[in-house]
Amino acid sequence: MKAIPILRPRAPTDDHPLVKITLSAITIGFIALFLFMPLLTVFAEALAKGWAMAEDALVEPDAFAAIRLTLITAAIAVPLNMIFGLAASWAIAKFDFWGKNLLITLIDIPFSVSPVVSGLVFVLIFGLQGWLGQWLRDNDIKIVFALPGIVLATIFVTFPFVARELIPLMTDQGRDEEEAAVSLGASGWSTFFRVTLPNIKWALLYGVLLCNARAMGEFGAVSVVSGHIRGLTNTMPLHVEVLYNDYQYVGAFAVASVLALLALVTLVLKSVLEWRFADEIAAGHRH
Amino acid sequence: MSLVIESVAKRFDRFPALKGVSLTAPKGCFMALLGPSGSGKTTLLRILGGLEFADVGHIAFDDLDWLALPARDRRAGFVFQQYALFRHMTVANNIAFGLNVRPRKTRPTRAEISRRVEELLALVQLDGLGKRYPSQLSGGQRQRVALARALAIEPRMLLLDEPFGALDAKVRKDLRHWLRSLHERLGLTTLFVTHDQEEALELADLVAIMNHGQIEQIASPAELRASPATPFVADFLGQGTGGPGIVPIRASSKPYPAPRSEVAHAVR
Repeated sequence: MKAIPILRPRAPTDDHPLVKITLSAITIGFIALFLFMPLLTVFAEALAKGWAMAEDALVEPDAFAAIRLTLITAAIAVPLNMIFGLAASWAIAKFDFWGKNLLITLIDIPFSVSPVVSGLVFVLIFGLQGWLGQWLRDNDIKIVFALPGIVLATIFVTFPFVARELIPLMTDQGRDEEEAAVSLGASGWSTFFRVTLPNIKWALLYGVLLCNARAMGEFGAVSVVSGHIRGLTNTMPLHVEVLYNDYQYVGAFAVASVLALLALVTLVLKSVLEWRFADEIAAGHRH
Repeated sequence: MSLVIESVAKRFDRFPALKGVSLTAPKGCFMALLGPSGSGKTTLLRILGGLEFADVGHIAFDDLDWLALPARDRRAGFVFQQYALFRHMTVANNIAFGLNVRPRKTRPTRAEISRRVEELLALVQLDGLGKRYPSQLSGGQRQRVALARALAIEPRMLLLDEPFGALDAKVRKDLRHWLRSLHERLGLTTLFVTHDQEEALELADLVAIMNHGQIEQIASPAELRASPATPFVADFLGQGTGGPGIVPIRASSKPYPAPRSEVAHAVR
């Protein structure tokens, strides 16, 4: 009898090997071209003339002031947005009220509006020719072209990050556990700190990390309200631009490297947390 | 000394969930709130637990103006349909929660709390599982943790929302008997919501049959079988007791056919 050749049939969900290879190649190629290459270029350019030059560019007073301003801005904007985001997601996920969908849409506005427009809004309100301009000048309060304006613009642009992370999770978790806590005699604070917060802590942390990354890296909105005063109102991204336009490539890329490093640290931190607490994160979703 | 509910009404937007419900449950009784979905039984239970507010009406329990008490002061042991266990806490911490959140003055010592937790774990037959997380338990086990957690606060009454709703048939039957014997030991006034007439008739001392936000009849299971007060009651009880078409309309003519549960027992 003629032997029947045994063909191992492919599982119905298994794609042709060629498809697998092609798709993987496209993905890897894309990531290499659009993510790794630029990142490498930033570091390579920064170190093009040696460590010493790059280091000098960072400790130079204007660069130092820019780093300081960026850190201060993030230190104010991120905690505030953490609280705003928590409050908004709490309200949306746990209560029913009229206009809820409108509120959800409003939260997304900073994502959909161009950052330049976001910045302009603040200039129009607080600037010299703006609605409150005269009053602010009479009372000697500086908002635009000063730290308050930069912080305001940053808060506006980074507002959705925390809320966007929390709303789906909190909606999914519902209010059963909070109701259980109250029926067991817990106060509002107790319920929040013992039940709600532990259930959302990873999403909250993730939202805060993203918020922080954006707060430090925001260019457009901050650029409009900052006024680009060297050593005073230049944040790191603005300083990079100023240096670049002055043909000081090493300096520009050195400061850019620090920004990129901050982003990488954020990513690594997030991955480590996800890996370390994978079980707990999985348990945080409905069982 | 009993639970007295007087003309409690509640509407959600335009939907009237409860249209003036009155009932009296003697202290220590095991009462079922039975009805189809949307009949208002869960709303009534949640009002008793303080998780929902009545628009009008009055509830007295043990000389207490029940509705004037905020939920956290009622000590109503509420067991949720989906259990609502704290997923980030161990079983032991879930059970201890109600004790841990007490103000310092009335909070038992740590040793006392852990002793109580052990006791409750034994009571619900989960000895040795205190260190597990809810996600590591079966449905029936979670249900018993939820019950132990509610019992830890020494509740004045026990409120169970579809206590067996999320369990499979076998576990459901076992837990049912266990719950009944537990009730006999503890003697707590217990109200439970169910849409399963067999469950209500088998477990409860008194069954309140609800429909469209009103109570159709309150009676003992035997009385309900013998003389359903309204066509709705007869029809609703009829569904589970025999095939379609053998719903006796004349209340007194024949004894009701045996409920399926008894048949099931005979087989087992």
